[in-house]
Amino acid sequence: MQIVYLLTFGLLSIAFVLIFIRLILGPTLPDRVVALELLATVAVAMTGMYAIFVDRSSFIDVAIVAALTAFLGAIGFARFLERGGPRDD
Amino acid sequence: MIEVVIDWIIAILMLSSGLFTLLAAVGILRLPDLLTRMHASTKAGALGVALMMTAAMLHFNDLVVMAKALAVIMFIFITAPIAAHAIGRAGYFVGVPIWVKTVKDELFNRYEPDTHRLRSGLETPEELAALKPSKDKPRIRVSSKK
Repeated sequence: MQIVYLLTFGLLSIAFVLIFIRLILGPTLPDRVVALELLATVAVAMTGMYAIFVDRSSFIDVAIVAALTAFLGAIGFARFLERGGPRDD
Repeated sequence: MIEVVIDWIIAILMLSSGLFTLLAAVGILRLPDLLTRMHASTKAGALGVALMMTAAMLHFNDLVVMAKALAVIMFIFITAPIAAHAIGRAGYFVGVPIWVKTVKDELFNRYEPDTHRLRSGLETPEELAALKPSKDKPRIRVSSKK
């Protein structure tokens, strides 16, 4: 079972690194917002993974809060882009 | 016996969650423009979270944790399309370049960028005269590189 935990952590970490590359590259601001949102989603998955790993169910609450914050951030960025943001990145 | 089976199911769920998340990350890194990237990230990412939360449900085997994990799944499944819609809409208005090989852009030349008004193509001539004439230059800049 331990090897499965480590393998899943490894996969999620590689996903983190790849999304970070897109976050840095991302030619326009909406690309970066999408990368940030996926980063938060991966963070939620990783929190669930960690809850299983340390066998403490309280971390699921952290996952709920992280998902909520990610959604609010994405909506806020979208409003900002549409209403008042710079038209060019 | 049953514990072993549940452990196997948890292992399969966790590994597939990691694989789907990695797939979303590869998609967001490799795909050519904003809309295709969103198409990769929202669906595969939401499925990754859902599989991980299902694994947590099976692992803890507790009613409270099940309710919380189910809440996370419901929340992700409801909010991921909304957020993707908002970002895609904002990206279209900002004028993010789309891929060269994009087949169709149905909003092209029908959207008033300032008033956010969509023409259906079935307006009477009076209604068309009331609207501003549409611009000839494309609003969406087509990216030059592949």
